[in-house]
Amino acid sequence: MASTAELEKIVSQVRRDIVRMVHAVNSGHPGGSLGCAEYFTALYFEIMKHEPSKFNMDGKGEDVFFLSNGHISPVFYSVLARSGYFPVKELATFRKLDSRLQGHPTTHEGLPGVRVASGSLGQGLSVGIGAALAKKLNKDNSIVYTLHGDGELQEGQIWEAAMYASAKKVDNIISTVDMNGQQIDGSTDQVLPMGSLRAKFEAFGWDVLDLERGNNISSVVAALKQAKEHTGKGKPVMILMKTEMGHGVDFMMGSHKWHGVAPNDEQLAQALTQNHLDDEKDY
Amino acid sequence: MKKFTYTEKKDTRSGFGAGLSELGKTNPNVVALCADLTGSLKMDAFAKDHPERFFQVGIAEANMIGIAAGLTIGGKIPFTGTFANFSTGRVYDQIRQSVAYSGKNVKICASHAGLTLGEDGATHQILEDLGLMKMLPGMTVINPCDFNQTKAATIAIADHEGPVYLRFGRPTVPNFTPADQKFEIGKAVILNEGTDVTIFATGHLVWKAIEAGEQLSAKGISVEIINIHTIKPLDNEAVLASAKKTGCVVTAEEHQMNGGLGDSIAQLLARELPTPLEMVAVNDSFGESGTPDQLMTKYGLDAINIVNAVERVIKRKS
Repeated sequence: MASTAELEKIVSQVRRDIVRMVHAVNSGHPGGSLGCAEYFTALYFEIMKHEPSKFNMDGKGEDVFFLSNGHISPVFYSVLARSGYFPVKELATFRKLDSRLQGHPTTHEGLPGVRVASGSLGQGLSVGIGAALAKKLNKDNSIVYTLHGDGELQEGQIWEAAMYASAKKVDNIISTVDMNGQQIDGSTDQVLPMGSLRAKFEAFGWDVLDLERGNNISSVVAALKQAKEHTGKGKPVMILMKTEMGHGVDFMMGSHKWHGVAPNDEQLAQALTQNHLDDEKDY
Repeated sequence: MKKFTYTEKKDTRSGFGAGLSELGKTNPNVVALCADLTGSLKMDAFAKDHPERFFQVGIAEANMIGIAAGLTIGGKIPFTGTFANFSTGRVYDQIRQSVAYSGKNVKICASHAGLTLGEDGATHQILEDLGLMKMLPGMTVINPCDFNQTKAATIAIADHEGPVYLRFGRPTVPNFTPADQKFEIGKAVILNEGTDVTIFATGHLVWKAIEAGEQLSAKGISVEIINIHTIKPLDNEAVLASAKKTGCVVTAEEHQMNGGLGDSIAQLLARELPTPLEMVAVNDSFGESGTPDQLMTKYGLDAINIVNAVERVIKRKS
């Protein structure tokens, strides 16, 4: 059990990694990554039962995670490295030639911690359901976690999967939607308003939990713990997690403009100042 | 010309169903998924005998491919079943990202391929699936010719680690492959040895090639007939050896000329051993409603079309 202060320090380190990674190659997706720093930190450092140093694809007896909105790979890579899946210094290879840290996560180069490629949106929920079904067949009572963007819910496959999971009582999965309200072309309400996601997922037969403070580490840990209590009761579990795109870097916060744009040198310095750590362990 | 005999005509999809049923008994890791076509795919026996390992996903093929990819994480060997059209074009990106690029051990099993689906018409008669699938890096593509070979192929692919596309069909066709013939992925089957021309055929066109061979033999032409059940990886060695021996080649398939078996063989020969070649395939056209036999005739996929192609290609030999 890590203390809140310890987790907060990890969150800050993760934010430093994110902005440095995208700055170094002048590409990548900082906005959504920053907004999910608390979620990933809570999951990998507090919630999941997993053995980073002994990664194997099948993940039998372990909790497994699938990132469906693969473009927020910087936060995924940072947390995988910081929790021990691969050396932290490898973060310096992000998006570079011959790297295992591809622009979007993939199993193709054998990066420990990644179990399926993602990037083309809408596919991760189905994959997570498949892994959850395999766990049931294997009498493995560990849990499958998935993360999705809110814009990603515009993909039809998400709803095929949502319908399946409840109909077939896949109750060993905890999915989370990052509700930052932003997508590439603008706010989700401008691009394609989706109405009440709670009402939609409830109508699809899910047990829906609200996480209003997705950028507060204690709230995220509490919500994930609560969600675990809801597993095994015949319904898939959904956390609707409100976050702020770009959270932790003031000039990036709350705007879709930082979805897929890297900071320049000056902006990087500002971002690092805003996530100052006396004992930073930058790669 | 060697004499080929058969005791009955059977559909290749039933070969798949029989193979899957056997796998259900012998391999506890094999699981099956179907998108509301259990009867058409002949998956009923597996579903009935192994309900805990059978997943009815409804009419949601994209979700089916994703779930199959997920089931491999945990050591399962998923076999997905639906029509070839919905197994490929409809879910191309799901196969590309969640299966092929992710290197997942999913077996995509596709029935009702090609024109011989018949009366349903062009919406369902996919003639592009071999091309779509063979372009994906790491994908194995198999198109067996009859019931026995489809059954053997179904069993064989469970032991092959990696994504596979297995294509079969609806009509009954002569079942001539010996029931005990081992299916070797990527290994061409030489059905008849000859010296004047080689016919490389796949799927339902293999029997048509045999019929054509009999007609050509009666005209004094010595025909080598090779069954290419594995489109990818292609048995380059067998293709080159036969082309070198006979000096001219005809390919035959129930698929578009673009992207099919003929395309693969033409590429290989152009690179390694330029050889006169004719293709019996659908020429950049959609199909239409009709009986399978009518359609095969109208779109030029009958034995006579192979005979004509052989006569053309022999004239081109230098």
